[in-house]
Amino acid sequence: MSTPMVRAERVRKRFGRLEVLKGVSLEVQSQEVVCILGPSGSGKSTFLRCVNHLEKINAGRLWVDGQLVGYRQAGAKIYELRDAEVCRERSEIGMVFQSFNLFGHMTALENVTEAPIHVRHVQKGEARERGRDLLVRVGLADRLDAYPSQLSGGQQQRVAIARALAMQPKLMLFDEPTSALDPELVGEVLDVMRGLARDGMTMIVVTHEIGFAREVADRVAMMDDGRVVEEGAPARFFERPEHERTRQFLSKIL
Amino acid sequence: MTAQIVEPVEPDEIKAIPVRHPGRWVAAVVIVALAVSVAASMASNPRFEWGIVRQYLFSSRILSGLVVTLELTAASMAIGIVLGVLLAVMRLSPNPLVTGASSFYIWLFRGTPVLVQILLWYNVAALYPSFSLGLPFGPAFASFDASAIITPFVAGMLALGLNEGAYMAEIVRAGIISVPDGQTQAAQALGMTRLLTMRRIVLPQAMRVIVPPTGNETISMLKTTSLVSVIALPHPELLYAAQLIYSVNYRTIQLLIVASIWYLLVTTVLTVGQFYLERRFGRGTAGDAPATPFERLRRILFARGTVGTEPAAASGERR
Repeated sequence: MSTPMVRAERVRKRFGRLEVLKGVSLEVQSQEVVCILGPSGSGKSTFLRCVNHLEKINAGRLWVDGQLVGYRQAGAKIYELRDAEVCRERSEIGMVFQSFNLFGHMTALENVTEAPIHVRHVQKGEARERGRDLLVRVGLADRLDAYPSQLSGGQQQRVAIARALAMQPKLMLFDEPTSALDPELVGEVLDVMRGLARDGMTMIVVTHEIGFAREVADRVAMMDDGRVVEEGAPARFFERPEHERTRQFLSKIL
Repeated sequence: MTAQIVEPVEPDEIKAIPVRHPGRWVAAVVIVALAVSVAASMASNPRFEWGIVRQYLFSSRILSGLVVTLELTAASMAIGIVLGVLLAVMRLSPNPLVTGASSFYIWLFRGTPVLVQILLWYNVAALYPSFSLGLPFGPAFASFDASAIITPFVAGMLALGLNEGAYMAEIVRAGIISVPDGQTQAAQALGMTRLLTMRRIVLPQAMRVIVPPTGNETISMLKTTSLVSVIALPHPELLYAAQLIYSVNYRTIQLLIVASIWYLLVTTVLTVGQFYLERRFGRGTAGDAPATPFERLRRILFARGTVGTEPAAASGERR
């Protein structure tokens, strides 16, 4: 079997005295879609942020594509990575946030071309062309020059997805991408994500959209109190949850 | 059976009688009366000697003083803004030494009167008669005479600029803090370095918060340059130019009025410039750009009596 895209081994993360991750173990294979469910405060978002180096882990090991995240190990010694190295690794992982976080002073197209031009040093013309294609792909062909404040939540989130895709990531992280949206706008964002999954993108999706998880995910993981308590194929997971905590959680949201 | 077609009836446009504002009329009468009486007394009082004011308003000495004032303002604000951005970014650095250095600078330059700083820079040659470029405690590559470099103009510019840097640092810092954290996170997630994030994402959005107080600082600087009159520039700035003239002809009030007219005029121009700068950096924020003064004027002149076209509402707070 090839190297997993993400491999977490008993990952722990503390904020001050509060331990948010208490030993998370999870593997995500290349081209796999894994949905993470769980109550708020269970550490789902923190785990995603650790995968993308936005947080440093305190214990355990976390690899992305065979590379240790945030650190370099030589023999028994562990070295912190330099800022530039962290940035290089981050640039290969796309992240979509609950609150979109589009750059407010830039148009949709500028949002998408910003990182390719200034991080990857792609030619402006080429970046614009690719950016236009991406925005067409997420269904925003006619809103290229709109500022984020002129777009609906669903449109903003689709721009955010296009922005992440512009860096041609090997892994996409979605942190509750539809939780801040009006109900009638959720579908358009999930459609784009469905398309991505079909094209073979490796995705970790923190979500409360059970329908999406059931339909698109290859595997579903349930997090509670800083640990993965149960994981499995969606059919088995939703029909016959094994863990008591999963059963409780599902009974509340289904 | 015939289907009955009901013509949709458009409701009539509301033609309400606007609320009367008797208070406004009373205030208008009082204000106009006061303004007229002040203007009349200024015009009729022969001691104002408006002829003298008119005579000196465009005199070459006053105009060259105005040029020096503008140069000093521009140069010190340029130093202040560059230094302010640098200090603000340093202040927010994860390196505690860099943060400390920035805080110390702000403490030092904000904590002493700018007049004292002007005098100190003017007299710096007493401490360091010459400057040399070279290694510390090592050989010097080049040496300069301090009094040749630190001319009174340079002393004034340095004092005002370095002092302004301390104030600008706090303004820029406030702007940086005002940009939501999510913007930085999104930029980092795309692989942007700390400095690239600052330059491309945070500072451009901080500008919306930075520009208004900076306009204020520029207007304030225009007038603070008059403090430099204490160090007798060979090419005097506006106030000192006026002082030199009235020290000979004793038309003190008239020349101070001349200087004031120019200060007011430049302030007006700067205020207009600030307005357009704010519009420029308000791009992408919710709502339309505020009306330009011309648009507002047009609205006042041609839309009288219509409900909801108060100029005050049109020029309302930026969101």
